[in-house]
Amino acid sequence: MQQDATKQGRPETEPVETDCVIIGAGPVGLFAVFELGLVDIKAHVVDILDKPGGQCAELYPDKPIYDIPGLPVVTGQELTDRLMEQIRPFTPTFHFGERVDELQRMPDGRFMLKTDAGTMFLTKVVVIAAGGGSFTPKRPPLEGIEAYEGKSVFYAVRRMQDFAGTDLLIVGGGDSALDWTLNLQPLARSLTLLHRRDEFRAAPHSVERMRQLVAEGKMQLKIGQVTALHGEDGWLEAVTIRTKDGEERLKCNRMLPFFGLTMKLGPIANWGLNLEENLIPVDTEKFETSEKGIFAIGDINTYPGKLKLILSGFHEAALMAQQAHKYVYPDRKLLFQYTTSSSSLQKKLGVR
Amino acid sequence: MVKITFVQPDGSQQVVEATPGMTVMEAAKLALVPGIEAECGGACACATCHVYVEEEWREKTGEPSPMEEDMLDFAFDVREESRLSCQIKVTEDLDGLVVRVPEKQF
Repeated sequence: MQQDATKQGRPETEPVETDCVIIGAGPVGLFAVFELGLVDIKAHVVDILDKPGGQCAELYPDKPIYDIPGLPVVTGQELTDRLMEQIRPFTPTFHFGERVDELQRMPDGRFMLKTDAGTMFLTKVVVIAAGGGSFTPKRPPLEGIEAYEGKSVFYAVRRMQDFAGTDLLIVGGGDSALDWTLNLQPLARSLTLLHRRDEFRAAPHSVERMRQLVAEGKMQLKIGQVTALHGEDGWLEAVTIRTKDGEERLKCNRMLPFFGLTMKLGPIANWGLNLEENLIPVDTEKFETSEKGIFAIGDINTYPGKLKLILSGFHEAALMAQQAHKYVYPDRKLLFQYTTSSSSLQKKLGVR
Repeated sequence: MVKITFVQPDGSQQVVEATPGMTVMEAAKLALVPGIEAECGGACACATCHVYVEEEWREKTGEPSPMEEDMLDFAFDVREESRLSCQIKVTEDLDGLVVRVPEKQF
Protein backbone atom coordinates (compact mmCIF):
# COMPACT_ATOMS: atom_id res chain seq x y z
CA MET A 1 0.00 0.00 0.00
CA GLN A 2 1.26 3.46 -0.74
CA GLN A 3 -0.96 5.77 1.20
CA ASP A 4 1.94 8.12 1.82
CA ALA A 5 2.85 8.30 -1.82
CA THR A 6 -0.61 9.34 -2.89
CA LYS A 7 -1.16 11.77 -0.07
CA GLN A 8 -1.90 15.19 -1.45
CA GLY A 9 -0.40 18.01 0.54
CA ARG A 10 -3.38 20.32 0.88
CA PRO A 11 -2.81 24.02 1.37
CA GLU A 12 -3.96 25.35 4.70
CA THR A 13 -7.46 26.62 4.25
CA GLU A 14 -10.45 27.36 6.41
CA PRO A 15 -11.22 24.61 8.89
CA VAL A 16 -14.16 22.31 8.24
CA GLU A 17 -16.81 23.18 10.83
CA THR A 18 -18.65 20.13 12.09
CA ASP A 19 -20.39 18.55 15.06
CA CYS A 20 -18.12 15.58 15.38
CA VAL A 21 -14.85 14.18 14.14
CA ILE A 22 -14.28 10.45 14.50
CA ILE A 23 -10.66 9.37 14.47
CA GLY A 24 -10.47 5.89 13.02
CA ALA A 25 -12.64 4.17 10.41
CA GLY A 26 -12.49 0.70 11.90
CA PRO A 27 -15.70 -1.15 12.76
CA VAL A 28 -16.24 0.84 15.94
CA GLY A 29 -15.60 4.21 14.30
CA LEU A 30 -18.00 3.26 11.52
CA PHE A 31 -20.72 2.19 13.92
CA ALA A 32 -20.24 5.44 15.84
CA VAL A 33 -21.38 7.20 12.64
CA PHE A 34 -24.61 5.23 12.94
CA GLU A 35 -25.28 5.91 16.62
CA LEU A 36 -24.40 9.58 16.24
CA GLY A 37 -26.53 9.81 13.12
CA LEU A 38 -29.58 8.55 15.00
CA VAL A 39 -29.27 11.54 17.31
CA ASP A 40 -28.74 13.96 14.40
CA ILE A 41 -25.00 14.35 14.77
CA LYS A 42 -23.11 14.45 11.48
CA ALA A 43 -19.60 13.16 11.48
CA HIS A 44 -16.34 13.48 9.61
CA VAL A 45 -14.20 10.36 9.79
CA VAL A 46 -10.41 10.46 9.47
CA ASP A 47 -8.24 7.38 8.96
CA ILE A 48 -4.57 6.89 8.10
CA LEU A 49 -5.41 3.95 5.85
CA ASP A 50 -6.71 4.51 2.33
CA LYS A 51 -9.89 2.55 2.98
CA PRO A 52 -12.46 1.90 5.73
CA GLY A 53 -12.30 -1.11 8.05
CA GLY A 54 -9.19 -0.52 10.15
CA GLN A 55 -7.62 -3.78 11.31
CA CYS A 56 -10.56 -5.73 9.84
CA ALA A 57 -9.61 -4.55 6.38
CA GLU A 58 -5.86 -4.22 6.79
CA LEU A 59 -4.93 -7.22 8.91
CA TYR A 60 -7.60 -9.84 8.33
CA PRO A 61 -9.95 -8.99 5.45
CA ASP A 62 -10.48 -12.67 4.59
CA LYS A 63 -10.42 -14.12 8.07
CA PRO A 64 -13.64 -15.13 9.78
CA ILE A 65 -15.02 -13.38 12.86
CA TYR A 66 -17.42 -15.50 14.91
CA ASP A 67 -18.54 -13.19 17.70
CA ILE A 68 -20.56 -10.48 16.02
CA PRO A 69 -24.11 -10.82 17.39
CA GLY A 70 -26.48 -12.02 14.69
CA LEU A 71 -23.73 -12.85 12.20
CA PRO A 72 -22.55 -16.40 12.98
CA VAL A 73 -19.58 -15.90 10.71
CA VAL A 74 -18.42 -12.84 8.84
CA THR A 75 -15.04 -11.86 7.39
CA GLY A 76 -13.32 -8.61 8.29
CA GLN A 77 -14.05 -7.21 4.84
CA GLU A 78 -17.72 -8.30 4.87
CA LEU A 79 -18.26 -6.70 8.26
CA THR A 80 -16.69 -3.49 6.95
CA ASP A 81 -18.86 -3.55 3.83
CA ARG A 82 -22.02 -4.13 5.87
CA LEU A 83 -21.20 -1.32 8.26
CA MET A 84 -20.58 1.00 5.32
CA GLU A 85 -24.01 0.05 4.00
CA GLN A 86 -25.60 0.54 7.43
CA ILE A 87 -24.20 4.06 7.86
CA ARG A 88 -24.87 5.22 4.30
CA PRO A 89 -28.07 7.13 5.27
CA PHE A 90 -25.99 9.38 7.51
CA THR A 91 -23.62 10.43 4.70
CA PRO A 92 -20.43 10.71 6.71
CA THR A 93 -17.49 12.49 5.08
CA PHE A 94 -14.37 10.33 4.98
CA HIS A 95 -10.81 11.62 4.99
CA PHE A 96 -8.67 8.62 4.11
CA GLY A 97 -4.90 8.55 4.09
CA GLU A 98 -4.73 11.24 6.75
CA ARG A 99 -3.66 11.16 10.36
CA VAL A 100 -4.90 13.64 12.94
CA ASP A 101 -1.72 15.13 14.34
CA GLU A 102 -2.91 18.04 16.44
CA LEU A 103 -5.81 18.57 18.78
CA GLN A 104 -6.37 21.78 20.65
CA ARG A 105 -9.26 23.12 22.69
CA MET A 106 -10.39 26.55 21.48
CA PRO A 107 -11.59 29.36 23.77
CA ASP A 108 -15.22 28.65 22.78
CA GLY A 109 -14.92 25.06 23.98
CA ARG A 110 -14.73 23.50 20.55
CA PHE A 111 -11.72 21.56 19.30
CA MET A 112 -9.36 22.41 16.46
CA LEU A 113 -7.91 19.35 14.78
CA LYS A 114 -5.25 19.27 12.11
CA THR A 115 -4.18 16.33 9.98
CA ASP A 116 -0.77 15.60 8.52
CA ALA A 117 -2.18 16.60 5.13
CA GLY A 118 -3.17 20.00 6.46
CA THR A 119 -6.93 19.41 6.73
CA MET A 120 -8.36 21.30 9.71
CA PHE A 121 -11.57 20.71 11.60
CA LEU A 122 -13.40 22.86 14.10
CA THR A 123 -15.64 20.44 15.97
CA LYS A 124 -17.85 20.24 19.03
CA VAL A 125 -16.93 16.71 19.98
CA VAL A 126 -14.13 14.29 19.15
CA VAL A 127 -14.49 10.52 19.15
CA ILE A 128 -11.24 8.60 19.27
CA ALA A 129 -11.87 5.16 17.80
CA ALA A 130 -8.27 4.54 16.85
CA GLY A 131 -8.01 0.86 17.81
CA GLY A 132 -4.40 -0.12 18.28
CA GLY A 133 -3.28 3.30 17.11
CA SER A 134 -2.37 4.48 13.67
CA PHE A 135 -0.80 2.15 11.13
CA THR A 136 2.78 3.19 10.56
CA PRO A 137 5.56 1.60 8.51
CA LYS A 138 7.60 -0.99 10.36
CA ARG A 139 11.11 0.09 11.20
CA PRO A 140 13.69 -2.67 10.70
CA PRO A 141 15.45 -3.14 14.06
CA LEU A 142 18.87 -2.29 12.66
CA GLU A 143 21.28 -0.62 15.01
CA GLY A 144 21.33 3.14 14.67
CA ILE A 145 18.68 3.30 11.94
CA GLU A 146 16.96 6.27 13.62
CA ALA A 147 19.85 8.55 12.70
CA TYR A 148 19.39 7.80 9.00
CA GLU A 149 15.61 8.23 8.91
CA GLY A 150 14.44 11.23 6.92
CA LYS A 151 17.95 11.78 5.52
CA SER A 152 18.86 8.65 3.63
CA VAL A 153 16.43 6.00 4.87
CA PHE A 154 12.76 6.49 4.01
CA TYR A 155 9.61 4.41 4.54
CA ALA A 156 7.65 6.14 1.82
CA VAL A 157 8.31 8.08 -1.34
CA ARG A 158 6.97 11.62 -1.18
CA ARG A 159 8.72 12.95 -4.27
CA MET A 160 10.26 10.63 -6.81
CA GLN A 161 12.78 13.31 -7.79
CA ASP A 162 14.39 12.97 -4.34
CA PHE A 163 15.78 9.64 -5.51
CA ALA A 164 17.18 10.83 -8.83
CA GLY A 165 20.86 10.02 -9.26
CA THR A 166 21.06 8.00 -6.06
CA ASP A 167 22.42 4.54 -5.41
CA LEU A 168 19.18 3.12 -4.14
CA LEU A 169 18.49 0.00 -2.13
CA ILE A 170 14.88 -1.14 -1.90
CA VAL A 171 14.10 -3.89 0.60
CA GLY A 172 10.99 -6.06 0.52
CA GLY A 173 8.89 -8.31 -1.67
CA GLY A 174 5.42 -6.81 -1.69
CA ASP A 175 3.70 -4.36 -3.99
CA SER A 176 5.26 -1.25 -2.43
CA ALA A 177 8.78 -2.62 -2.91
CA LEU A 178 8.14 -3.76 -6.47
CA ASP A 179 6.16 -0.70 -7.57
CA TRP A 180 8.83 1.67 -6.33
CA THR A 181 11.54 -0.47 -7.89
CA LEU A 182 9.86 -0.09 -11.26
CA ASN A 183 9.09 3.60 -10.81
CA LEU A 184 12.46 4.69 -9.46
CA GLN A 185 14.74 2.51 -11.56
CA PRO A 186 14.80 5.03 -14.46
CA LEU A 187 15.70 7.85 -12.04
CA ALA A 188 18.25 6.21 -9.77
CA ARG A 189 21.89 5.94 -10.72
CA SER A 190 21.87 2.36 -9.51
CA LEU A 191 19.14 0.27 -7.96
CA THR A 192 19.25 -2.93 -5.96
CA LEU A 193 16.18 -4.81 -4.81
CA LEU A 194 16.84 -6.98 -1.79
CA HIS A 195 14.40 -9.61 -0.59
CA ARG A 196 14.83 -12.54 1.76
CA ARG A 197 13.65 -15.13 -0.77
CA ASP A 198 13.27 -15.44 -4.51
CA GLU A 199 9.48 -15.37 -4.27
CA PHE A 200 7.42 -12.22 -4.15
CA ARG A 201 4.03 -11.29 -2.75
CA ALA A 202 3.74 -8.47 -5.28
CA ALA A 203 1.58 -8.63 -8.40
CA PRO A 204 3.09 -11.14 -10.87
CA HIS A 205 3.34 -8.65 -13.72
CA SER A 206 5.45 -6.27 -11.57
CA VAL A 207 7.73 -9.16 -10.64
CA GLU A 208 8.06 -10.06 -14.30
CA ARG A 209 8.98 -6.50 -15.25
CA MET A 210 11.52 -6.36 -12.44
CA ARG A 211 13.12 -9.61 -13.63
CA GLN A 212 13.29 -8.20 -17.11
CA LEU A 213 15.13 -5.09 -15.87
CA VAL A 214 17.56 -7.40 -14.08
CA ALA A 215 18.07 -9.41 -17.27
CA GLU A 216 18.77 -6.18 -19.16
CA GLY A 217 21.38 -5.25 -16.59
CA LYS A 218 19.50 -2.14 -15.51
CA MET A 219 19.23 -3.13 -11.84
CA GLN A 220 20.22 -5.98 -9.58
CA LEU A 221 18.21 -8.36 -7.44
CA LYS A 222 19.79 -9.76 -4.30
CA ILE A 223 18.37 -12.49 -2.14
CA GLY A 224 19.22 -11.85 1.48
CA GLN A 225 18.69 -9.54 4.43
CA VAL A 226 20.26 -6.34 5.70
CA THR A 227 22.21 -6.84 8.92
CA ALA A 228 23.96 -3.48 9.38
CA LEU A 229 24.02 0.08 8.11
CA HIS A 230 27.20 2.05 7.47
CA GLY A 231 27.50 5.79 7.10
CA GLU A 232 28.00 9.03 8.98
CA ASP A 233 25.70 11.72 10.34
CA GLY A 234 22.67 9.97 8.95
CA TRP A 235 24.07 9.67 5.44
CA LEU A 236 24.11 6.08 4.31
CA GLU A 237 27.20 4.86 2.47
CA ALA A 238 26.72 1.10 2.44
CA VAL A 239 24.90 -1.77 4.11
CA THR A 240 25.98 -5.23 5.12
CA ILE A 241 23.73 -7.89 3.70
CA ARG A 242 23.64 -11.57 4.53
CA THR A 243 22.95 -13.92 1.66
CA LYS A 244 23.21 -17.70 1.52
CA ASP A 245 26.84 -17.22 0.48
CA GLY A 246 27.70 -15.21 3.56
CA GLU A 247 27.97 -11.53 4.34
CA GLU A 248 28.79 -8.84 1.82
CA ARG A 249 28.95 -5.09 1.70
CA LEU A 250 26.68 -3.27 -0.70
CA LYS A 251 27.29 0.35 -1.64
CA CYS A 252 24.18 2.54 -1.52
CA ASN A 253 23.26 6.01 -0.34
CA ARG A 254 19.47 5.68 -0.08
CA MET A 255 17.39 2.89 1.37
CA LEU A 256 13.67 2.26 1.20
CA PRO A 257 12.66 -0.60 3.53
CA PHE A 258 9.12 -1.96 3.03
CA PHE A 259 8.25 -4.29 5.88
CA GLY A 260 4.55 -3.64 6.17
CA LEU A 261 2.69 -1.71 8.82
CA THR A 262 2.46 -1.81 12.56
CA MET A 263 0.21 0.08 14.96
CA LYS A 264 1.53 2.92 17.06
CA LEU A 265 -0.38 5.22 19.39
CA GLY A 266 1.21 8.16 17.57
CA PRO A 267 0.20 11.79 18.08
CA ILE A 268 -2.70 10.90 20.44
CA ALA A 269 -0.05 10.77 23.15
CA ASN A 270 0.48 14.54 22.77
CA TRP A 271 -3.08 15.71 23.27
CA GLY A 272 -3.00 16.07 27.03
CA LEU A 273 -5.24 13.08 27.70
CA ASN A 274 -4.67 10.78 30.64
CA LEU A 275 -3.09 7.58 29.37
CA GLU A 276 -2.52 4.17 30.92
CA GLU A 277 -0.03 2.03 29.04
CA ASN A 278 -0.93 3.59 25.70
CA LEU A 279 -4.66 3.22 26.34
CA ILE A 280 -7.11 5.99 27.15
CA PRO A 281 -9.01 5.58 30.42
CA VAL A 282 -12.72 6.39 30.15
CA ASP A 283 -15.80 6.15 32.34
CA THR A 284 -18.30 3.42 31.56
CA GLU A 285 -21.34 5.66 31.40
CA LYS A 286 -20.33 8.03 28.61
CA PHE A 287 -16.96 6.65 27.50
CA GLU A 288 -15.54 10.11 27.89
CA THR A 289 -11.83 10.74 28.46
CA SER A 290 -10.24 13.02 31.04
CA GLU A 291 -11.20 15.86 28.67
CA LYS A 292 -14.84 16.83 28.42
CA GLY A 293 -16.09 16.42 24.86
CA ILE A 294 -13.40 13.94 23.86
CA PHE A 295 -14.60 10.35 23.84
CA ALA A 296 -12.63 7.14 23.34
CA ILE A 297 -14.32 3.95 22.19
CA GLY A 298 -13.18 0.53 21.02
CA ASP A 299 -9.76 -1.05 21.51
CA ILE A 300 -8.06 2.25 22.31
CA ASN A 301 -9.86 2.77 25.64
CA THR A 302 -9.57 1.08 28.99
CA TYR A 303 -11.83 0.72 32.03
CA PRO A 304 -12.34 -1.94 34.69
CA GLY A 305 -13.42 -5.12 32.92
CA LYS A 306 -12.57 -3.87 29.43
CA LEU A 307 -12.60 -6.48 26.69
CA LYS A 308 -11.11 -5.67 23.31
CA LEU A 309 -14.06 -6.97 21.34
CA ILE A 310 -15.76 -5.33 18.39
CA LEU A 311 -19.13 -5.85 20.06
CA SER A 312 -17.97 -4.00 23.18
CA GLY A 313 -16.96 -1.10 20.97
CA PHE A 314 -20.43 -1.03 19.42
CA HIS A 315 -22.01 -0.72 22.87
CA GLU A 316 -19.56 2.02 23.80
CA ALA A 317 -20.50 3.93 20.62
CA ALA A 318 -24.18 3.88 21.56
CA LEU A 319 -23.62 5.28 25.04
CA MET A 320 -21.09 7.82 23.83
CA ALA A 321 -23.64 9.21 21.34
CA GLN A 322 -26.07 10.01 24.15
CA GLN A 323 -23.55 12.26 25.86
CA ALA A 324 -22.27 13.73 22.58
CA HIS A 325 -25.88 14.80 21.90
CA LYS A 326 -25.84 16.87 25.11
CA TYR A 327 -22.80 18.80 23.88
CA VAL A 328 -23.93 19.26 20.31
CA TYR A 329 -27.55 20.13 21.17
CA PRO A 330 -27.43 21.47 24.73
CA ASP A 331 -31.02 22.77 24.51
CA ARG A 332 -32.62 19.64 23.12
CA LYS A 333 -34.02 16.85 25.20
CA LEU A 334 -33.22 13.44 23.83
CA LEU A 335 -36.10 11.01 23.66
CA PHE A 336 -34.99 7.40 23.77
CA GLN A 337 -36.42 5.55 20.78
CA TYR A 338 -36.21 2.21 19.02
CA THR A 339 -35.39 1.92 15.30
CA THR A 340 -38.07 -0.77 15.08
CA SER A 341 -40.93 1.51 16.01
CA SER A 342 -39.84 5.12 15.78
CA SER A 343 -41.03 6.78 12.61
CA SER A 344 -38.58 9.64 13.10
CA LEU A 345 -35.61 7.26 13.38
CA GLN A 346 -36.85 5.33 10.38
CA LYS A 347 -37.08 8.52 8.40
CA LYS A 348 -33.42 9.24 9.20
CA LEU A 349 -32.55 5.73 8.08
CA GLY A 350 -34.43 6.21 4.83
CA VAL A 351 -36.96 3.43 5.60
CA ARG A 352 -39.98 3.69 3.34
CA MET B 1 0.34 -32.04 28.69
CA VAL B 2 3.04 -31.24 26.19
CA LYS B 3 6.20 -29.50 27.30
CA ILE B 4 7.74 -26.79 25.12
CA THR B 5 11.06 -25.11 25.87
CA PHE B 6 11.60 -21.50 24.84
CA VAL B 7 15.24 -20.44 24.69
CA GLN B 8 15.95 -16.72 24.96
CA PRO B 9 18.79 -15.04 23.02
CA ASP B 10 20.80 -14.91 26.28
CA GLY B 11 20.50 -18.69 26.61
CA SER B 12 18.00 -18.73 29.46
CA GLN B 13 15.30 -21.36 29.14
CA GLN B 14 11.66 -21.55 30.11
CA VAL B 15 9.67 -24.77 29.94
CA VAL B 16 5.96 -24.21 29.46
CA GLU B 17 3.06 -26.63 29.41
CA ALA B 18 0.75 -26.71 26.42
CA THR B 19 -2.41 -28.59 25.58
CA PRO B 20 -2.74 -30.29 22.21
CA GLY B 21 -4.89 -28.13 19.95
CA MET B 22 -3.55 -24.80 21.09
CA THR B 23 -0.75 -23.09 19.20
CA VAL B 24 2.84 -22.67 20.33
CA MET B 25 2.19 -18.90 20.40
CA GLU B 26 -0.77 -19.35 22.76
CA ALA B 27 1.30 -21.53 25.05
CA ALA B 28 3.97 -18.81 25.10
CA LYS B 29 1.49 -16.02 25.78
CA LEU B 30 -0.19 -17.96 28.62
CA ALA B 31 3.20 -18.45 30.25
CA LEU B 32 4.24 -14.85 29.52
CA VAL B 33 7.33 -15.89 27.58
CA PRO B 34 9.26 -12.69 26.82
CA GLY B 35 9.80 -11.82 23.18
CA ILE B 36 6.63 -13.44 21.84
CA GLU B 37 4.46 -10.42 21.12
CA ALA B 38 1.76 -11.81 18.84
CA GLU B 39 0.43 -8.36 18.06
CA CYS B 40 -2.37 -9.64 15.81
CA GLY B 41 -3.55 -12.28 18.24
CA GLY B 42 -2.77 -15.29 16.09
CA ALA B 43 -4.35 -14.35 12.78
CA CYS B 44 -1.09 -14.84 10.84
CA ALA B 45 -1.34 -11.13 10.13
CA CYS B 46 1.87 -9.83 11.68
CA ALA B 47 5.21 -11.46 12.34
CA THR B 48 5.71 -10.77 16.01
CA CYS B 49 5.55 -14.36 17.24
CA HIS B 50 8.56 -15.37 15.14
CA VAL B 51 10.62 -18.28 16.52
CA TYR B 52 13.47 -20.49 15.36
CA VAL B 53 12.66 -24.19 15.57
CA GLU B 54 15.57 -26.34 16.77
CA GLU B 55 16.97 -28.49 13.98
CA GLU B 56 15.80 -31.87 15.34
CA TRP B 57 12.21 -30.63 15.59
CA ARG B 58 11.90 -29.13 12.13
CA GLU B 59 10.49 -32.24 10.53
CA LYS B 60 7.74 -32.57 13.13
CA THR B 61 6.73 -28.92 13.06
CA GLY B 62 6.74 -28.92 9.25
CA GLU B 63 7.22 -26.20 6.70
CA PRO B 64 5.53 -22.81 6.77
CA SER B 65 2.47 -22.48 4.54
CA PRO B 66 2.65 -19.99 1.65
CA MET B 67 0.62 -17.49 3.71
CA GLU B 68 3.04 -17.88 6.61
CA GLU B 69 6.02 -17.47 4.25
CA ASP B 70 4.48 -14.20 3.04
CA MET B 71 4.12 -13.01 6.60
CA LEU B 72 7.68 -14.08 7.46
CA ASP B 73 8.77 -11.41 4.96
CA PHE B 74 7.83 -8.96 7.71
CA ALA B 75 10.02 -10.62 10.34
CA PHE B 76 13.59 -9.70 11.15
CA ASP B 77 16.56 -12.06 10.71
CA VAL B 78 14.55 -14.80 9.02
CA ARG B 79 16.33 -18.14 8.73
CA GLU B 80 15.72 -21.60 7.37
CA GLU B 81 14.31 -22.65 10.73
CA SER B 82 12.03 -19.63 11.08
CA ARG B 83 8.35 -20.16 11.86
CA LEU B 84 5.53 -18.06 13.18
CA SER B 85 4.62 -19.73 16.46
CA CYS B 86 0.91 -18.97 15.97
CA GLN B 87 0.98 -21.33 13.00
CA ILE B 88 2.45 -24.31 14.86
CA LYS B 89 -0.35 -26.42 16.32
CA VAL B 90 0.59 -28.30 19.48
CA THR B 91 0.25 -32.08 19.17
CA GLU B 92 1.37 -34.94 21.44
CA ASP B 93 4.19 -35.46 18.93
CA LEU B 94 5.66 -32.11 19.86
CA ASP B 95 6.28 -33.03 23.51
CA GLY B 96 9.79 -31.78 24.24
CA LEU B 97 9.81 -29.19 21.42
CA VAL B 98 12.56 -26.60 21.66
CA VAL B 99 12.21 -23.21 19.95
CA ARG B 100 14.44 -20.17 20.17
CA VAL B 101 13.12 -16.64 20.55
CA PRO B 102 14.81 -14.18 18.16
CA GLU B 103 16.73 -11.21 19.44
CA LYS B 104 14.15 -8.82 18.05
CA GLN B 105 10.56 -8.92 16.89
CA PHE B 106 9.37 -5.97 14.91
